[in-house]
Amino acid sequence: MARDTEVLVLGGGSTGCGIVRDLAMRGLDVTLVERGTLTDGTTGRMHGLLHSGGRYAVSDQASATECIEENEILREIAGHCVEPTGGLFVQRPEDSDDYFQEKLEGCRECGIPARVLSGREAREVEPHLAGDVKRAIEVPDGAVDPFRLCVANAIDAENHGARVETHAEVIDLLRDGDEIYGVEVRHDSGPGKRTHETPGTTEEITADYVVNATGAWAGQIGAMADLEVEVRPSKGVMTIMNVRQVDTVINRCRPKGDADIVVPHETTAILGTTDEEVSDPDDYPEEGWEVDQMIDTLSELVPILSEARTIRSFWGVRPLYEPPGTGTQDPTDITRDFFLLDHADRDGVSGMASIVGGKLTTYRAMAEEISDHVCEKLGVTAACATADEPLPGSENIETLEAGMDDFGLRSPVARRSKQRLGSRASEVLETDDANPVICQCEGVTRAEIQDAISQSGSDLNAVRIRTRASMGNCQGGFCCQNMANELHPTYDEETVRASLDELFQERWKGERHALWGEQLSQAMLNYALHATTMNRDRDPASAAGDVDFTAFDGGQSSGEEAETARGGR
Amino acid sequence: MAIEDDVLVIGGGLAGTTAALAAAQRDVQVRLVSAKQSTLRHASGLIDVLGYTPDGDGPLVDPFAALEELPDGHPYERVGGEAVREALAFFDGVAGEAYAGSHTDANALVPTHGGTVKPTARYPVATAAGLASDDRDTVLVGFETLPDFEAPLAASHLEAAGAPFAARGVTVRFPGIVRDDAKITRYAHLLDRDEAVATATGESTAREALAETVRGHLEDETRVGFPAILGDDHADEVRADLADRLGVDVFEVPMGPPSLPGMRLEDMLYDALEDAGVRVTTGVPVVDYESAVDGTDADGSERIDRVVVDRNGADVPHRADQYVLATGGLVGKGVESERQRVFEPIFDCHVPHPTDRYDWFVDDVFGEHPYAQFGLPVDRELRPLDADDEPEFSNLRAAGAVLGGYDFAAEKSGSGVSLATGYVAGQRAGTEAGR
Repeated sequence: MARDTEVLVLGGGSTGCGIVRDLAMRGLDVTLVERGTLTDGTTGRMHGLLHSGGRYAVSDQASATECIEENEILREIAGHCVEPTGGLFVQRPEDSDDYFQEKLEGCRECGIPARVLSGREAREVEPHLAGDVKRAIEVPDGAVDPFRLCVANAIDAENHGARVETHAEVIDLLRDGDEIYGVEVRHDSGPGKRTHETPGTTEEITADYVVNATGAWAGQIGAMADLEVEVRPSKGVMTIMNVRQVDTVINRCRPKGDADIVVPHETTAILGTTDEEVSDPDDYPEEGWEVDQMIDTLSELVPILSEARTIRSFWGVRPLYEPPGTGTQDPTDITRDFFLLDHADRDGVSGMASIVGGKLTTYRAMAEEISDHVCEKLGVTAACATADEPLPGSENIETLEAGMDDFGLRSPVARRSKQRLGSRASEVLETDDANPVICQCEGVTRAEIQDAISQSGSDLNAVRIRTRASMGNCQGGFCCQNMANELHPTYDEETVRASLDELFQERWKGERHALWGEQLSQAMLNYALHATTMNRDRDPASAAGDVDFTAFDGGQSSGEEAETARGGR
Repeated sequence: MAIEDDVLVIGGGLAGTTAALAAAQRDVQVRLVSAKQSTLRHASGLIDVLGYTPDGDGPLVDPFAALEELPDGHPYERVGGEAVREALAFFDGVAGEAYAGSHTDANALVPTHGGTVKPTARYPVATAAGLASDDRDTVLVGFETLPDFEAPLAASHLEAAGAPFAARGVTVRFPGIVRDDAKITRYAHLLDRDEAVATATGESTAREALAETVRGHLEDETRVGFPAILGDDHADEVRADLADRLGVDVFEVPMGPPSLPGMRLEDMLYDALEDAGVRVTTGVPVVDYESAVDGTDADGSERIDRVVVDRNGADVPHRADQYVLATGGLVGKGVESERQRVFEPIFDCHVPHPTDRYDWFVDDVFGEHPYAQFGLPVDRELRPLDADDEPEFSNLRAAGAVLGGYDFAAEKSGSGVSLATGYVAGQRAGTEAGR
């Protein structure tokens, strides 16, 4: 019987997006299903570090070597998603000299360019480093935008004929005896691209092979077919600062520990992170002390962080995995390497493999290895080309720079738009229509918002991750409404209202963890603008029951009556 | 040496200006100092009294009837219902022809830029023809270059809210605006000065060209609403001119910041201060205070001798007999916070708050947030109270958003509380200082 698709990839994170692109480029018929938007799980909740490998140069040299290789590849194929910031491993007086030396030698053993800076030299690179910092190792760390990276992979997969279906939650694995042959998904109107499938309907998608790339959720998928996948979800907190206190990635040079990295990211800096095992990747406590601990600890490296303005905090869940029997207690000790579990070999159930562990920097290499595995299973011999073919948007940077002057935008906006859009900039920004700025904090124009809407439908959170609109200081207080306005008239008023409510609530979710100082003032202002001026908290259109308009002040029909009324006082 | 006055008001928003005006009714010398631009330019310019009860009942037709039911400690409960009415009448006197709504106790429902309606007690005359409780059919006009107001969406939203009239929205190009990101004051000044603009049919003036652009979109509606950009200094003239040319009533839909109706209200209040002989110093923050040498009053509470004003880095003492603190809430920075505490930065008055920062908010973005009620508790004289419910100082009163115990955003009570408490605090300070 013909199957709906040759390969079905479960999970729209970096791994899933990487796999679907790889297989589509090899000519396979591939479908990806994701229960939320792309990057909804772990990928969209990381600190955006493009590893040089330096972090693993002592503890896990295989990972370190792979990181530096992939780091170099991503700079080539995804230049518009990467900022080559460089990074420092910083030693404080109380940190071990031996470890510093081990780190330096480890980097060199793994082929990671590394250079020692004195404390003074390090402070010349990063003036906000603490005055007593002893020395530092310079490595080619970078910042990567996981949202853009996934979207670029997904777009390229679609360009090669793949089907990418978001807001499609897997509710069952289809299993016939010892063979898995597909899944049943439930489509959601959700916040997603509402033009897809009818919300609430279910669909059976059959496939010759299924790849479970759901990361921290891989155990839950496995359980649907009575397979045990012992993934160990581990949570980590990240805090976003309102400006870049540092321009290079700052790592603490010590064996391990929480709160040891600051990653500059576009206009912000992201502090990370903690590592604590949780039982349920969808439900775990987000605790205030984690935020405080991170700020306090990182202030030892960069003192101004203790007084700086944070705009939100968020938590992510790592899909840690270790082979059965290893028995590691501390999640920070578990390897960051990835594992391909072939359920035919492991469990005697054919038709599916699960992929667990891993990290964003090496997503492409993981995808390549899994795609090789899938191709072998299906008897396909096409070779992987993802290391050589640039992702959409990353080519023709020079042509673009020349063309940017024509767009009639002021340069910072044009520059930043170009970075976001890559080679698609002229296509998106060359418009005869009015193109006002919609998000002032991030300088995002209408044309970019409209472009994102054309890709992601009425899902304003998907528009947000494509454009960064609403991700600046005001956290959407000033621009959520204007973003929603852009949905109309393509989408009706009710849809727009629902999308706006959803985005505004999502923005609040992370901002709650930054509620002191300037950001508490900002939160109050946002609340006042939306509740006081717009009455969005008690909007009669959304409230139950009708308002008796006739009972309210209907105004005065003439100025004469106004005079009388005032005179009578 | 110090700069000497009878009453010193700290803060230049609605509460501070009202307090200064109320104090100046007595035969005393009043000074107002403010740190920076007031938050009025963020505000819609509407004067809300009470749109919803603290329990969320509403929209209330009669805000005054609901005042008696408010919980202890609410600023309205502190001053009493009669004072609220007096304060509103006082505002009507200051506003003159510029505001409407005084002909009835009933709230008006005003469409705002998102297309929702909100209950309010007084509204600028520019908004008067647009009331949602008026049943005339309506055209809303938005501009391509003004993303804050999507007129067709706002019109559908009004219908979804059950407004008793047909609403349509159209989007047009604003004649004479060439930049895609012109500031809203640019639109207003173009119309204020009725500048020459180029149109498809040759040169015209801004108002005529705008009327010409809109005319073709009218059907049988008798009123047209624009975003609140219709002039700044000559707003009434601009509106009347457009109405004449179009042959229909013209009104403004209040918008978010920067808000021209908020700025016009601010101008009106500062003109009134000048007329009343109040000395005004803006751009200078009050940074500290000193107690009187003898320390305390007869009743045992501390007395403020002088405050220290920072003028470009120089400390300048200001002394008065009575002080009014109207520095705003979290937005205006009259209330500030750190990771571990919430505080009032000038006098360090007591601000009740949960010790755990994670108890300052709830998970629903529009839920009942404790932070929204952060501010000073006061006695019925509006004197800030310490943790033992004793007045912090004998000669300090507080007014407006610096007060705690109410959620102005949920209740739609912000401007009413500022007026009522500003009026009462100013009047009492003036009386006391005049003794």
